[in-house]
Amino acid sequence: MKLSILFLGLTLTLAAHAQLAIQGGTVYTMEGPAITNGVVLIKDGKIEAVGSAETVALPDGYKMRQAAVVIPGVIDAHSTVGLSGILNIGADQEQLEKSAPIQPELRAIDAYNARDPLVAWVRNFGVTTVNTGHAPGAVISGQAMIIKTHHLNVSDGPVSSFSMVMGNLGTGALASGSAVPGTRAKAVAILRAELLKAQGYLKKLELKDPDKAPDRNLRLETLVAILKKEKPLLITAHRHQDIQAALRLAKEFEFRLILDGASEAYQLIEEIKAAGVPVIVHPTMMRSYGDAENLSFENANRLHEAGIPIALQSGYEAYVPKTRVVLFEAAMAAAYGLPREAALAAITKGAAEILGIGDRVGSLAPGKDADLALYDGDPFEYTSHCVGVIIDGESLPVAKR
Amino acid sequence: MPIMTSGIRVAFTLLLSAGLSVAQEEAIRAFTGAKLFPITGDPVESGTLLIRGSEILAVGAAETVEIPEGAETIDVSGKVIMPGLICTHSHIGQVSGGDSSAPIQPDVRVLDSINVRDASVRKARAGGLTTVNIMSGSGHLMSGQTIYLKLREGETVEDLMILDDRGKPSGGMKMANGTNSIRSAPFPGTRGKSAALVREQFIKAQAYQKKLTAAKEDPDKAVERDLAMEALVEVLEGKRVVHHHTHRHDDILTVLRLREEFGFRLVLHHVSEAWKVAPQIAAAKVPCSIILLDSPGGKLEARDIEWRNGAELEKLGVVTSFHTDDPINDSRWFLRSGGFAVRAGMSRHGALYALTMAGAIQLDLADRVGSLSVGKDADFVILSGDPLSVYSRVLETWIEGERVFNLADPVDKLFAVGGEGAGSPRLTNMCCFDFPIK
Repeated sequence: MKLSILFLGLTLTLAAHAQLAIQGGTVYTMEGPAITNGVVLIKDGKIEAVGSAETVALPDGYKMRQAAVVIPGVIDAHSTVGLSGILNIGADQEQLEKSAPIQPELRAIDAYNARDPLVAWVRNFGVTTVNTGHAPGAVISGQAMIIKTHHLNVSDGPVSSFSMVMGNLGTGALASGSAVPGTRAKAVAILRAELLKAQGYLKKLELKDPDKAPDRNLRLETLVAILKKEKPLLITAHRHQDIQAALRLAKEFEFRLILDGASEAYQLIEEIKAAGVPVIVHPTMMRSYGDAENLSFENANRLHEAGIPIALQSGYEAYVPKTRVVLFEAAMAAAYGLPREAALAAITKGAAEILGIGDRVGSLAPGKDADLALYDGDPFEYTSHCVGVIIDGESLPVAKR
Repeated sequence: MPIMTSGIRVAFTLLLSAGLSVAQEEAIRAFTGAKLFPITGDPVESGTLLIRGSEILAVGAAETVEIPEGAETIDVSGKVIMPGLICTHSHIGQVSGGDSSAPIQPDVRVLDSINVRDASVRKARAGGLTTVNIMSGSGHLMSGQTIYLKLREGETVEDLMILDDRGKPSGGMKMANGTNSIRSAPFPGTRGKSAALVREQFIKAQAYQKKLTAAKEDPDKAVERDLAMEALVEVLEGKRVVHHHTHRHDDILTVLRLREEFGFRLVLHHVSEAWKVAPQIAAAKVPCSIILLDSPGGKLEARDIEWRNGAELEKLGVVTSFHTDDPINDSRWFLRSGGFAVRAGMSRHGALYALTMAGAIQLDLADRVGSLSVGKDADFVILSGDPLSVYSRVLETWIEGERVFNLADPVDKLFAVGGEGAGSPRLTNMCCFDFPIK
């Protein structure tokens, strides 16, 4: 059994960039209506053509695959896989450093373990791209990166080695005892102070006089990327007052804010919409405790109805289960009113756009990365299985569960 | 749930109880047109469920069930009715048990800690749960006595208890092995020590049991009451089932070995690596209460947990139930366990059985709950569709002929779906509802 899987792996690796023709009973391209009896042609790791079987001819020499349903590879807009290891023991938990409340200089690429079994676990359900990195739990816990789930080494080429800075407001970001910050207001105060410092640092940099150049400072360099809008600042905030604090900060320092979690966002639809801020909504099945006690399974739908860009996420899990599967979270959002296509978009095209990688992934269109997930039925149903995962044109062996 | 303050409700009940209570109890209701999953019988495409008061009077295809004159008929065409869900392992109601003063505390009763007014209890009703085994955690070798509750509308834990033949509240004994109960002193530091401590305690209880027997014949030999020993004697006598948390294959075998030695009645809980030792579990004829999680891991012992546990145990005839372990899985997602078990090879019937009847058997309540059977308690859920579809919703939950959850009711919906006030209803200004502040 093991041997045959090995052989399979070998064959597939050799055939990594073979030309593939995927036939789907239903193909969700996310670029238009779903195609019945659709075909996706893959060449050299990219999508060559997409259309109905009548319009897209099957060229000779292409390896054929069939599935009931074909969707773009699933994108998890906020995960911690690869940092928060499966065993949940000290040695494999890299997602949170509590030695200081603000440490944007902590890079995800220095912590990501591409071979943690949970990376393969989510891939086996069709997740091909993850935005993963430092977890909520500090005002600024570090950076996130975007990587595809088939890589065995972080150096194999992340989509983005630094996608965003990860922030957190609310009780989750507070320190224990008499350590700073002990209150919500203090948390915001120290973040403002740090951003002010970064503004000063940026001014010195902008003098462009080598004699006046400031010493390098990893922390401030990273925050400068936020101030210059080169990178977004994601802020996990669940309570309405924490969401409002995040919006207030974004206005004051004019950075690109991504709201994350946002359990009580349904109370602030107008404010969020006016701010033009996208929301990576909490996992639908996130436990409704603490700051998230008032979460609503209809939250994603309420935001979507208002025209606010949304994505869904697996989030961070501190215990059992050690990760959620974003596909299942989208399924539950759909079950609670988010239109099915919108739920699919929240883990494909919509997620790619919020992450700024919409030119490469998130939909099935010529020229895009050949990332696909294949299912034997409605991908959202409990009883359907993921039967194929293709990343950059490479067919990966799938452990069917 | 009727929107009525508790005070009004009591007054209302008192007013009516004099003349109408008999008539009320005997009210007959016919639920017609739904697809029925009786669990102990074949599914019925369009059936009638007839209840009288708190009991099931008849169940079957429409043409086989005669609706008595005067019965209230409720058209539930297109819907699905199945027995109320039974969760064999839950921590709702802010339950607490043993403290960290000792690893073995059989004297502690969780019934003394439960807040039945907690939001988690309302959410469980919204998930279709009607009977639950509430236990304390697994940080102890023995954390105390569990309690079986019916999630009736009630304001005290007594209102929700299930009394046994002796008039005592039904419940089991929570035990655990593996890493959760391995802690710093006075807790054990190894698995070997864990088993030794438990054996020592059961041997003590055997001696106490002997003294009790002797005292029955000779009052002079009366022994001093010992709450811990009394509870363990109940375990030895089979009056109190051991609910044993265990994950790893070798830990599972350790539990079977202890059961062999002391003869207690046992349900294995979690059983993450059941697929590795399913033949041994089947040979011991021990039932299992399993959990289905979104991913493995989170602790060393759960790295090899598999959704196929349900299928593997079913194949060998092991009585297998599911549990939420709420808050590990929120009670509102309980039906999902069935979906994942079927996805990994369990039969559809086996999965529905595991959500209902298997739990009833494991809690010694099979004569009262677990199936839509004549004479059993009228505990059932009305679903919008197939129980194993993600798109189906619990519309109503009924316990003993009373509706305890109704999705159409705005307050009930709040606990079903979430929103402002779902977490701490006590703290929220519920502007728009006549909200029973409890």
